[in-house]
Amino acid sequence: MRETNADPPGAPDHDGVAPSPSSHVFSSEKEVVAVHSATIRFGKFTAVDKVSLTVGRGEVFGLLGPNGSGKTTLIRGLCGLLPFAEGDASVLGHDVAKESEVIRSNIGYMSQKFALYEDLTSQENLDFYAGIYGLTSAETKQRQVELVEIVGLGPYLQQRGGRLSGGWKQRLALACALLHSPQLIFLDEPTAGIDPVARRDLWDLLFLLASQGITLFVTTHYMDEAERCGRVGYLYMSKLLAIGTPVELKQWEGVTPPGTRRLEILGADMGRLLERLRHRPGVRQATIFGQAVHALVDADRSLPDLGLEDVEVRETEPSLEDVFVALSRSQAN
Amino acid sequence: MIDREAFPDSSSTPAETPPSPPSRAFTTPPPHHPTTPSSSSVLKPIATRTVGGGLQRTASVARKELLHIIRDRATLMMTLFFPIVEMIMLGYAIDTNVRFIPTVVLDQAKTQESRSLLRSFENSEDFKIVDRVSTEQELTEAIVSGRARVGIKIPENYSRKPPGLVGEGDTAQVLILVDGSMSSVAGEAVNVGNAIALRESLQRSLGDKPLPVEARPRVLFNPDLYSANFFIPGLMVVLCQMMAVTLSANAIVREKENGTLEQLYMTPVRPTELILGKLTPYLVLTFVEFCGIAFLMRTVFQVPIHGAFFTLLAMALPFVLTCLAFGLWVSTRVNTREAAMQMAMATMMPSIFLSGYVFPLDSMPVFFWWVAQIIPTTWLVDASRGVILRGAGWKELWPHAAVLWGMALAMLVFATLKLRKRIT
Repeated sequence: MRETNADPPGAPDHDGVAPSPSSHVFSSEKEVVAVHSATIRFGKFTAVDKVSLTVGRGEVFGLLGPNGSGKTTLIRGLCGLLPFAEGDASVLGHDVAKESEVIRSNIGYMSQKFALYEDLTSQENLDFYAGIYGLTSAETKQRQVELVEIVGLGPYLQQRGGRLSGGWKQRLALACALLHSPQLIFLDEPTAGIDPVARRDLWDLLFLLASQGITLFVTTHYMDEAERCGRVGYLYMSKLLAIGTPVELKQWEGVTPPGTRRLEILGADMGRLLERLRHRPGVRQATIFGQAVHALVDADRSLPDLGLEDVEVRETEPSLEDVFVALSRSQAN
Repeated sequence: MIDREAFPDSSSTPAETPPSPPSRAFTTPPPHHPTTPSSSSVLKPIATRTVGGGLQRTASVARKELLHIIRDRATLMMTLFFPIVEMIMLGYAIDTNVRFIPTVVLDQAKTQESRSLLRSFENSEDFKIVDRVSTEQELTEAIVSGRARVGIKIPENYSRKPPGLVGEGDTAQVLILVDGSMSSVAGEAVNVGNAIALRESLQRSLGDKPLPVEARPRVLFNPDLYSANFFIPGLMVVLCQMMAVTLSANAIVREKENGTLEQLYMTPVRPTELILGKLTPYLVLTFVEFCGIAFLMRTVFQVPIHGAFFTLLAMALPFVLTCLAFGLWVSTRVNTREAAMQMAMATMMPSIFLSGYVFPLDSMPVFFWWVAQIIPTTWLVDASRGVILRGAGWKELWPHAAVLWGMALAMLVFATLKLRKRIT
């Protein structure tokens, strides 16, 4: 019997009481980000609704959610740019409401827009942010040498920001965000719109940072990126529906309810197979996943019963995508 | 700890040192991914940073902003070139004094007296006889067609009575038709026409006796009535306003468009520092332009500066600050550079038409006169003419300075408060 949880991991109770941090791994660590029942409103619209979460030092925390679910708003709230209507939060041990300046001096931030000055060279961009973060000239020199080497920006230092390709812009943006040696970096969809190689390179860099004890708070659309995160939170319509390690999330019974199992089916004509499966009794969900069809079926149905005779079938784990789909549907009901 | 003493920031909250992380030791990475930690530990945090260095941040913003200005060659050339073109147009081409109004004549008298009258019209240099016609219809046609602005009709009986013997009912009527479609020309034609007729009347009545009353107008400060003297002191002000508003209206909105504003909000830079850092290079550039125009005015157009130029500079400072703060406020309100430009241009209209730069304030209706008083341009245009043409100093112009400083402070505070309102 597989261990399952009835509630989504980390989901807030119905009375809005903050759940205990689901991550046992980090409960003893210093909490770099701690959010307690935080609510942010724009007029009557609640953009962040009673969100509670903690992120430990050195963690790679991924925040997933559709567009408009409140990811960016939450980050802005954590930087002290938007006030909490309810609840509170601390970042790096400082109260967000009272010490946002100290917090902003010690965090890095990088958005998908790679906020660079396109008419300034890479070097000038780096110099500007060094000044903004109040680095001394000795520090500036040292950090710039280090970071330029790490992100490999050397040949492009005298290029205008606007002439760099997407991947290089992003590396420059990352270097700018790291100049002041932040202990926590917020990355708001950092890989949106760049090519796969640059995406992977960036993640390698991010894990290098994490291994140095720097905490990463990443929002993303990509499921494969979510899988890489140490812990993942799923934000849907302003509410944090679940938080936990990808493994924990996949074990939530809402994804694979009792009496069902998940199958991966490999065959010749996926489109026809999918069509057939969807009309079969006993098949609860079916979707194409790469070269295969993933299906959620009643456990008491045999393979021939499901019409799966001359195809390759194996039992499979749910993907994070399955988890988030299930979570979104449970919320909609 | 990093030494922040070099940049004391009095406005900052007492910078307290956040607790440093309990240990530098490697934390166990989350069980996410098999990373191969690089042997170099170059990315380890140096120290926990405190807030401070406001001056340094302001200087960084200013340096960056200067680079933006230098890199944007098109805008830079336009802002530097435009004033020169405008000065040449106003200094050389435009003459507000009405002269040589094309005039058509219908002389039905054809006597010595009528010819003498026409000569005095021509000698005034206000009128230039372009045609002589023989019917009234032709006279009207000449004006309708625009060939002439003025038509003079001298009746047959113009010189029937000998001079000095004109009695009741014997008034000779000289008809002067004036094209009213250009009001300044019309006004001048009516005035000069009346004056000439009056002189002729007096001469006829008095004969050779001297005139009992004679007005001797003496034009002060600009005796030759050069238009350049009138326009350029005002032009300096209007061009500076245009430059300051245009530069600063772009300041925030450009960062909005690029997404860099969002990034800046995530850094410790404060709104006040951002504003000061952006405004400083604009202020310097606008002053350079102001002095450049003044130099050209003095050398090329030979407009003498009767007062102390420094007095004028001291009054231009609050004016430019007001314009910059206003542009900044525009910049926070709009989301695209096009919209910012449109708003900047829209504000130029009242400044040009109501400030007294072209049209005199004295003849405005009361309502618009009051509107003019709340436009800072009005005050500096007047002060500029005061210093340059009339040689006025602090004794005469302190109210101008007080008003301009008041406006500057109000606008700066207003713009800063509006920018503080974070991302909308």
